[in-house]
Amino acid sequence: MRTDAILPADPRVSRVTGRVHTGSIATGDWLDVCHHAELEPERGACALVRGQQVALFRTHDGTVHALSNYDPFSGAYVLSRGIVGTRGDTPTVASPMYKQVFDLRTGRCLDDPEVTVPAYPVRVRDGRVEVALP
Amino acid sequence: MTAAPSRQDRPLIVAGYGMAAHRLLTALGDRGDTRPVVVFGEEPHPAYDRVHLSGYLEEGDPEQGARRLRLPEIDAPNVTLRLGERVTAVDRTARTVTTSTGDTLGYETLVLATGSAPFVPPLPGHDLPGCFVYRTLDDLDAIRAHAQANPGTGVVIGGGLLGLEAAGALRGLGLDTHVVELAPWLMPRQLDAGGGEALRQHVENLGVTVHAGTATGEIRPGPDGAAAALALADGTTVDTRTVVFSAGIRPRDELARQAGLPVAERGGVLVDTHCRTEDPYVYAIGECAAVEGTVYGLVAPGNAMADVVAARLTGDGTRGPFGGADADTSTRLKLLDVEVAGFGDPQPDGDVLDVTYADPVTGVYKRLILSDDARTLLGGVLVGDGEAYPALRACLGGPLPDAPDKLLFPGGADPGAGLPDEARVCSCNNVTKAGIVAAIDAGTTAMPELKACTRAGATCGSCVPLMKKILDERLTATGRTVSHALCEHFPHSRRELYDIVAVRGITTFSQVIAEHGSGRGCDICKPAVASILAGLRGGHVLDGEAATLQDTNDHFLANLQKNGTYSVVPRVPGGEITPERLIVIGEVARDFGLYTKITGGQRIDMFGARVDQLPAIWRRLVDAGFESGHAYGKALRTVKSCVGSTWCRYGVQDSAGLAVALELRYRGLRSPHKIKAAVSGCARECAEANSKDFGVIATENGWNLLVGGNGGFRPRHAATLAADLTTEELIRYVDRFLMYYIRTADRLQRTATWIEDLDGGLDHLRDVIIGDSLGICADLDAAMERHIGDYTDEWAATLADPDKLRRFVSFVNAPGTPDPSIAFEVEREQIKPVLIGPDLEVVRK
Ligand code: SRM
Ligand SMILES: Cc1cc2nc3c(=O)[nH]c(=O)nc-3n(C[C@H](O)[C@H](O)[C@H](O)COP(=O)(O)OP(=O)(O)OC[C@H]3O[C@@H](n4cnc5c(N)ncnc54)[C@H](O)[C@@H]3O)c2cc1C
Ligand code: SF4
Ligand code: FES
Repeated sequence: MRTDAILPADPRVSRVTGRVHTGSIATGDWLDVCHHAELEPERGACALVRGQQVALFRTHDGTVHALSNYDPFSGAYVLSRGIVGTRGDTPTVASPMYKQVFDLRTGRCLDDPEVTVPAYPVRVRDGRVEVALP
Repeated sequence: MTAAPSRQDRPLIVAGYGMAAHRLLTALGDRGDTRPVVVFGEEPHPAYDRVHLSGYLEEGDPEQGARRLRLPEIDAPNVTLRLGERVTAVDRTARTVTTSTGDTLGYETLVLATGSAPFVPPLPGHDLPGCFVYRTLDDLDAIRAHAQANPGTGVVIGGGLLGLEAAGALRGLGLDTHVVELAPWLMPRQLDAGGGEALRQHVENLGVTVHAGTATGEIRPGPDGAAAALALADGTTVDTRTVVFSAGIRPRDELARQAGLPVAERGGVLVDTHCRTEDPYVYAIGECAAVEGTVYGLVAPGNAMADVVAARLTGDGTRGPFGGADADTSTRLKLLDVEVAGFGDPQPDGDVLDVTYADPVTGVYKRLILSDDARTLLGGVLVGDGEAYPALRACLGGPLPDAPDKLLFPGGADPGAGLPDEARVCSCNNVTKAGIVAAIDAGTTAMPELKACTRAGATCGSCVPLMKKILDERLTATGRTVSHALCEHFPHSRRELYDIVAVRGITTFSQVIAEHGSGRGCDICKPAVASILAGLRGGHVLDGEAATLQDTNDHFLANLQKNGTYSVVPRVPGGEITPERLIVIGEVARDFGLYTKITGGQRIDMFGARVDQLPAIWRRLVDAGFESGHAYGKALRTVKSCVGSTWCRYGVQDSAGLAVALELRYRGLRSPHKIKAAVSGCARECAEANSKDFGVIATENGWNLLVGGNGGFRPRHAATLAADLTTEELIRYVDRFLMYYIRTADRLQRTATWIEDLDGGLDHLRDVIIGDSLGICADLDAAMERHIGDYTDEWAATLADPDKLRRFVSFVNAPGTPDPSIAFEVEREQIKPVLIGPDLEVVRK
């Protein structure tokens, strides 16, 4: 039996960075992520930025939003795979797991005001998407 | 002599377990009564819905038929049911009963609920083989077996309500049916001459021959000693091997007679309005009871009697004695496809006003009888158009909501509007309009709950349309109309959106929302519109803009699991799989380290794949000849099968072959919710077709098609749409059933609730897809042909298209990198997910 799908003994150790997965990376710099064109309109994608999973969403008018990919309701890293839309004037994503809706601009959960996921500054320069991590 | 035993050690004994006894047990349970109860039932079955007895024959399979008649199970620890055991004697001094097993048991109180027995006139030949009565499940089994062995003609003696039902049943069994009625017209107890004549026209149009105004002379045997011919007093002879007596009923008061209790002049245990006999420890309810001398042959008065006794025994003062509206003998004929309703007194004496509307062309006859001041509705007859029945019946004994001529003319006033609060909407269960409104105001917004909490509509069902009307009116009046809007972006229901997209030829979500909605959509309307577009326009779910509309499952053509991995389910049509393919699945799962499990849908699910592994996994599967199983889509899932006639000793058709053919025919069909199916090779039903959206059960002559079954949260048994079909007919009806569902169902509405919500329910469905009553069958057929012609395997197409494959990465900026948050541990020799991320209570919504 091949067992390499089974990851290191301590599951919280990132296979990519070797870092323990929780906690934040101290940096104020803009970090280059990908081409704007690589992001599908009205859909999300995930980027791995300094070991952090950042969910990027490109809305219909080209604006890009960045949230943590971590879905606090399910404990899985999946927010980038939710359906993008609007609630009133708020651009939103619905978690693909249990469907809670988050404000793409602030990370606030519209279905549970107690919960907010990290939202990161993001900008598009020369056709490249850049985010700033705390 | 010992003193009368105390209440503690002696049970309440109920003699007879029919509808009235069942109601008594329910009514006692509702009042929280826990005294010991012992019920003796002569029939070997628990109480069943005798009112719908004829429905039993509509099902080819006896078990299925019996299921249709099931009453809610009585499941209380204090109640003992002794079925197949008759009470043979009552000793009122010792307060004991003796039963057919020879047992003797003491009672605290005895309730007689023995019902009635069909009356068989003592004609010469009445007891020949081939002569039957129509009262119990066993009677019906005997009639069916005899009619199948002796095709040809069948005669029903008696043209009353039950006789016509029996005639409908004989006709349904394929017999050329005759009805003999002594009175000059049919249903003489409920109808007047005009109504009877209109009814005769309808019945004869159905191919049933009516002999009214003539007596039966004798039944003559054939050379085998069984019934062969019927001679009528008017000289006519009808050759027939099947004779069913439906010439009235006689209350079964034999226990009362034996115990020395008074009986009424024309039979029936004599009781007062509290249903008490002369003996304070003995009550009688239902058809065996004569309340102040009158026997009632209907279920509603029997229920009222059961309620009276339950209230008395438990000291509940809210239910008064039997009387007034309890004695309602209104009836409505089911079954023979003719609407006939009689309510109140159709032929009253004295000064009355009589308003009649008759249309000989359509055979509609309606008559209302009012008090001479035109203020009180005394009775009426409706033939050919019974729509106003529930509302008119509810007004009985009170004022009419509108002028009588307006109520009778087609398209006239709606008698449902302006019903007074005290109008009795459901007479079977004695529920007034006020009771229904109170339940609605307490928060009930849907018919199934309204039925459950008021009990209205749960018996004969004739009040259901009126209940629905009251519900709608009340919800509207209180501003609580249940909105059918899909979500904040569309004011339309899924069905309306479907029509808009179809009629306007729209091909993209952007266009629908720009022209008919607002905002940018959400996780509700986007997948719903994607499914509508898939149904109408075909194409791949990941083509262009469509890809952005899909839920993550459809987006990755796999099922999301709790840790962000996906599961892979290849199609295994009919659950039939070769050893080679089994080995491929085993090898793929092993090589990618996936957890494997046999699913409830007769196929194999592989769990724990990362999005970036999906293409490689599917490359291997597609190369081995597998296709997508659409486990991720609102689409056809599986057509489950049993081995059928190929292997099984009992199989009568090739169920596995048909299941494979059906699964291949409908694979990839996108729908409002998932669709599950099954084919069983005989009535033993090993494939559980009864719980599927469409189920097929093999018969000696072909296939029975069942629809609207559901497992899941609210299990529902499927109902038979059509029986003994050829394979070609079956496929045609399934095609139409599915396409009509796809066109008209609401978002996430399984077929079971869809059929419940259809105006006219199963009958309507049958009219549309078999009778083509809407003239859309050609359209539905063409739509299915288009689907079948356009089908391609979604995974093969994805693997062939680099654009579609681009999304299968964990990270846009690091396509080769697996998601580090995904981790597993081992349990029972296979992987299981480990959730990492900060501890936080997982919230399911
Ligand atoms: C894998 C399986 C369980 C198993 O280990 O056997 C399963 C798994 C899931 N079922 Fe199921 N159901 C499975 C057979 C069933 C069955 C039994 C059957 O099909 O014979 C039923 C009851 C029959 C029915 O549907 O009428 C069933 C009734 C449901 C329901 C309730 C539907 C309802 O009408 O109430 C849901 C929830 C829903 O769809 O909204 C559901 C939803 C789900 C979901 C999709 C829940 C979710 O969103 O994650 C599960 C994930 C599937 C996956 O592959 O990750 N599953 N599920 C079975 C897959 C069958 C297959 O081969 O496709
Ligand atoms: C085909 C048909 C259609 C009908 N349609 C309608 C309709 O549309 N509307 C309507 O209101 N009514 C209708 N009825 C009448 C309705 O079914 C009866 O009014 C109702 O069933 C009476 O209930 P019950 O409990 O009094 O008697 P039953 O339901 O007959 O139950 C009595 C039970 O007691 C058993 N029993 C008898 N003696 C003994 C004994 N000594 N010991 C133990 N068990 C015993 C019997 O075997 C029977 O099972 C219909 C009846 C039939 C047959
Ligand atoms: S029953 Fe519940 S837990 Fe089990 S597979 Fe179905 S949805 Fe999942
Ligand atoms: S009137 Fe029969 S169920 Fe309501």
